[in-house]
This record gives sequence, structure tokens and C-alpha cells, in this order.
Amino acid sequence: MRRVYFAGMGAVSPAGWNAAAMREALDCGQPLPIQTMARPGWEQPLQVRWVPNPTGRLEFQAHPRMRRTSPIAHYTVAAALEAVAGLRGSLGKAGFRLGIVMCLQSGCVQYTNRFYTEVLENPSTASPLLFPETVYSAPASHVAALLGEVECVCTLVGDPSVFLQGIALGAQWLEEERVDFCLVVGAEEAGWTTADAVRHLDRHAIVAEGAGALCLCSDPAWSAGVELTAITDCHTYSANRTRMQAGAAMRGQLGSSTPVELLCDGIGGGSRADAAERAAWSDWDGPRVSPKRILGDALMASSAWQCVAACDALANGRYRAANVSVVGANQQAIGARFVRNPRSAASSRGDG
Amino acid sequence: MLFPFSPSPVAPPRVVVTGAGIVTAFGIGWTLNAAGFRAGRAAFRPVSGFDVSRQRVKTAAEVDLPSVLPNTRLGARAIARLDRAGSMLIHAADEAWRQAGWEPAENLPLILGTTAGGMLLGERYFQQALHQPLRHRQQAVRAVYFQSQVQARMVLDALGFSGPVTIVSNACASGGSAIGQAWDSIRQGQTERVLAGGYDALNELVFSGFNSLQALSPTVCRPFDARRDGLALGEGAAVVALETLENARRRGATILGEIVGCGACIDTHHLTQPHPQGATTLTAMKQACAKACLAPEDIDYINAHGTGTVLNDRSEALAIGEWAGRHAAAVRVSSTKACVGHLLGSAGSVEAVVCLMALQGQWLPPELEFETIDPVCQFHVVREPREARLNFALSNSFGFGGINSTLIFRRWA
Repeated sequence: MRRVYFAGMGAVSPAGWNAAAMREALDCGQPLPIQTMARPGWEQPLQVRWVPNPTGRLEFQAHPRMRRTSPIAHYTVAAALEAVAGLRGSLGKAGFRLGIVMCLQSGCVQYTNRFYTEVLENPSTASPLLFPETVYSAPASHVAALLGEVECVCTLVGDPSVFLQGIALGAQWLEEERVDFCLVVGAEEAGWTTADAVRHLDRHAIVAEGAGALCLCSDPAWSAGVELTAITDCHTYSANRTRMQAGAAMRGQLGSSTPVELLCDGIGGGSRADAAERAAWSDWDGPRVSPKRILGDALMASSAWQCVAACDALANGRYRAANVSVVGANQQAIGARFVRNPRSAASSRGDG
Repeated sequence: MLFPFSPSPVAPPRVVVTGAGIVTAFGIGWTLNAAGFRAGRAAFRPVSGFDVSRQRVKTAAEVDLPSVLPNTRLGARAIARLDRAGSMLIHAADEAWRQAGWEPAENLPLILGTTAGGMLLGERYFQQALHQPLRHRQQAVRAVYFQSQVQARMVLDALGFSGPVTIVSNACASGGSAIGQAWDSIRQGQTERVLAGGYDALNELVFSGFNSLQALSPTVCRPFDARRDGLALGEGAAVVALETLENARRRGATILGEIVGCGACIDTHHLTQPHPQGATTLTAMKQACAKACLAPEDIDYINAHGTGTVLNDRSEALAIGEWAGRHAAAVRVSSTKACVGHLLGSAGSVEAVVCLMALQGQWLPPELEFETIDPVCQFHVVREPREARLNFALSNSFGFGGINSTLIFRRWA
């Protein structure tokens, strides 16, 4: 069986347009300031953590494909390009094949809201420019168009735990030798419908937006010094398995961890929403980072941030192993384990 | 564990279909649908599900959905939360499950394709939030149950099994992609069985979207016809029970057909338009044939993506011509979208079941409305019901964003 390494990462979050900005915010440990979003029909605005405007025009925005795209496409592309930055020169030249697994929960809500509002007003004048961007597969298509040399693409939809399923699918493509690298991206954009819906389910959640991307490879020469060692089963919720039981089963499969390892969890602050995950890790007394608590609840992007934070901490030599725990909202609980493997990174530099 | 993977088998196992469930405008179940597709009837009628008075096109292939669901383990409360799409999914899954004779089990994967999931609930949520912003009744339920993974979980509860749920949303290739992914996971030795398919219901947002793009035909849907002027929308669901041949034989299951090849690739030419020469369609078809160890002349029938739009059909026709080479004139092609419309996320899975029906019944699904062949088509378009000797059938599915999926089926005799 092929081993799977992490070759690069990218993140767009309310902290900024790269993984370094996210790292800085997580290291600081203080929740980012909350902003507001108008909600039609309400005097009281909804709470949100937006991605700040980029400082200056981003290079990819000049690409014809990106001209009329929504924020989610921008976040996806920015995170993806950052994750493959180290490979860009080599992708085309060396004939490397790239796969893209895109993971979404809400997807392109802003254009969907705009388009459906137009439909309700008068369907005969609804904009044909908006509709194609409402499709779940649009962001992945834009990334593929910008990168070129893409072999296969798949968009998965589900609760935030699906990001780890996406990593497993990318690993499968590497195992089958369909691709040499696989980008796994989780992204969301905030809109009033999402914030409104989330509020119905968790009054304490602060909706956020952004993207996280990991680039996987099976050649240790491209490794950034981090290896994927485990993804648990999908512990799907059902009539016979509660969220609490699923979280416990996931925790059980990740096994005992030592307190010198890092836990990247999906806890955000809502007592009810977090109960299952808190219970699963109630015995954990090691270091822990909870991106959702700092950055907000960006659905699929939040679990992507968890993985980016874990890999970043390992790549920087701060921990020797990290567990990622995602007890999803309405689908399943899944966990993953990454370990530091400096030998793979050293060999790429020729000094191993 | 999802990772590390179990060791791959030395030789990939053969994957057979032992159950198939289907819902289209022809009705619910294999028998009604086989009769409809064999005759090539068109099932379009004025849309009744939402107001189309201000739309350019006013017809689609709607399903007559009975008010009663099949007898499953779902309770009344859960049933009340299903929308139209979820109900069609339960019908199709139940038929596939019963036909396969599967028993409740643990760790049985469910892989579904959809573009819109429970969009009808989403639309109701949006309308109430917009027009009655202070009224919250039912909104929390809609916010949860419109999500496709929650609808998929209801299949697990209905049929009494548990396992990983995967929702593939590769636009109109979703159903084909889901079956392809299921085929891959069995061949990789990750599981012995998978329930896979696709589902989508007609809804105002998507109908208006295709209408706004002027992609809908104001006349009739005539794929590959020189005078074609657009697609027609439909709705439906199809689910197949896939398992290893060894597993099926061990339990004495009736085998409906075998999946022998699968191809998938991405066309980055444009978000909504295919590559003009069909370059990536050709790649997907070649990939599927290579995996099946088949040459184009071995394929007896192609169920084309064939939407009826000028650009799609031209691109696909060129790809088929290039793929078939000197055998092109002998290739028999039709698009069953002429009968039940474009089923979006369920198109690939419904058309997969049509291929199984054709292989089992030894007939070719015709396009009755077809009149004048587009000169770009070098192949034979099936235009009248007929019997034929079929051993292999190929099904193409393409989607917005450029995802192409090809599946190849073998007759089980």
C-alpha cells in the first residue's frame, strides 16, 4: 500500500488570505471580532465573521474563468493555489497528474440567493450569468481550469466530516495511481440564509467563511514532512446510533494518544452542538486547538482548517503527531491522524 | 478504517448488479419503465409542481408520485419530513434492495449522486424566510432535511442498514460518477457491496436556471436531430445494488448485469459548454473501454448523454465518431432523455438502469421524435423500437463544470 504525505496547504479565513494569517490567529487564541450581516425582514442583523477584502487584486482574478464568480470560488482558488505553490513549476513540465476533491456543505449560497430572488420576482428575467455558479461543482471546475493538467475531479457534499472522507478519496486515487498529487479543498461562503439556518440549529454559532486546502502525494520527495497515518471509519448517525455514540466510536478508533500530541477539534462554543465531541475527548488533557472557536463556524471550511492547522503544526516541528476530530452536524463522526515524518522532507532536500 | 486501506486484491473482483430500482415519469419500478423505454414514448406534460406561467417553456417529465411510500422501517414522523426527491429516492432504493434480496447489515456503503438534493425544502425555507421573516415554524426541520446527506441517512433507516454515506455532486454526471465510485471501491477491495445511484426532483430554481440559459426546448427534445433546439427536464431516481460476483454467487442472487468499465475525466474548456471536439468525452470513453478490455466494435449500444442542445450533441457526436473510427457507422446510439427528459443528478443512474434493461431484454431504446440526423453524427441513431442482440452497452454522462463519466455494462446470460 502506498503511503500518503502532505505536500502543501492553503487557507483563506476571516484571519486573511493565507495559512500564515490563520496560524497567527490560532496562535493568538482570541476569537476574531464579530461583524454583522443584514437579514431581510429583521431589524437585528445576524452575526458573522467575513473573510476580509484582499489587499489588492489577486492575480487569479484576472483569469477569464474568474470574472463573474462568487466569493466561494475565490476562496477555493486562493487556498488551492497556495497548497500547490511548491509544485506549480513542476506540474506541467514533469507530466504530473493532479486530482481535485472538492468538499462543500452549503456551497454557493450568495448566487443561489440572488438567482432565486430574481426567479421569485420574475423568472423570465432571471440572470443566466448567476445560475451556472450556483452548481456545487463550479468551484472545483474553476480550480481545474486555472491549474490545467488536472486528471480527475469529484465534488462531495455533506456535513463537515466529509472533508476527511475527501482526504480518503484523494488517498484512494493516489493508491490507484490515477494521480500523482491530489488537492482536497473544503470551502464555504457566508450568506444570510446560511446564517439564518445555522441559527435555528445552534444559537451560539457565529457563521464564517473561507477555505482550506491540502495537497496530498505519495512520493516522499514532495512531502512537507507530514504523513497521514489513519482515517477512522465513517461513524454514520442513524436510528440506532446517536451522535454521542458515533463520537465515542471515532475516538475509540483513533486510540490512545499522548499529551504531547495535538488535538485539532471541531468545538465552537455551542454547548448542545459540541456535547458529543466534548464527551468523546473528555479525557484529553493535551494541547488542543479549536479553529471554529477562533474563526467561526464555516461548515466544511472549518474541518478543512482543522486539518490545515494540524499539518501546519507538524510541518513546523511543534508536535510529533496530531489528531483531527470532526463530529459532524448531521451525518457522521470521523477522525484522522497525521504524524511528523521529517525524514521524508529531508530526503526531498537530498540531506536525508 | 477508511485509511490505511485494506490490501487490494491480487485481481480486482468482478462487479455485478443484483438489484435495480427506478423512478421516472414512466412510473415507479422496473416493469413500467422497461415498457416505456422499450416503446420510446415521450412522457412530457405541463409542469404542475410550481408556477411556470412566466417561463419560456412550460413542460417537463414529472413523476406521478403516489402518496404512500413502500413499506419500510421509516416512521410516520420521518416520512412526513421527506420531500419529493427523498420520496423518489426511497422508492428506488427499496426496489433495488428487495430485488437484490439484501438483509440489514452494518458497514454497507451508500453512494448517491444529486445536484439539488432536497431543494424543494430549501425553496420553501427561502420563501418563508423572505416573505414571513418572523415566522419560524418548520424552518429548523427544513434546514436539516433539505440536505442530501440527511435524505441519504433516511435510506439507511428505511432499509435497516448502516454504513458510510457519500454524496457526489458532479452536476449532471453525478449519478454516473456515484456508480463509478462504487464500482471502484468494490474493485479496490474496500467493500463487497455498495448501494449506489442518483436522484433529483424538478424544482423551480433549477427549471428557471435552464430556462434562463435558454437551454430548454420550446418544441420537443430531439437529441442528435439536425433541428434540435434544446433539452427537456425531468425528474427521477435510480439505485443499483452492486456486489462482487463471488458474493452474488455465494448467496444465489439473480444477476441483472455486470459493470465492466468506468471512465472519468474533467473538461476545463468552459463551465457550461463542452469542448467543441469532445476531447474529454473521448478520453472518458477510451478509459472505460481500456478498463473493460474492450474495443469500440465490441460495444453494441451507446446510451448517450444526448441532452438535445446544439453544443452538447455536436461535441458528443464528434467524440463518438472519433472513438469508433471506421466502425462508427455500425454504432447504435440513442438518448433516453428524449423520453423522460434530463434527470440531472439522477440521469447517469437512470440511464445505467436503462442499459441493464436493454441488455436483459435484448432491445434498443428508440427516440421516436427523431427526424433528420445531424450530419456530424457518423453513427446510427435508434429511432424505432426494435430487438437486437446486445452484449455490451455504454452510458455517457456529462455535467456543468466539465465532469465526464462513462460506464460500460455487460449482459448477464
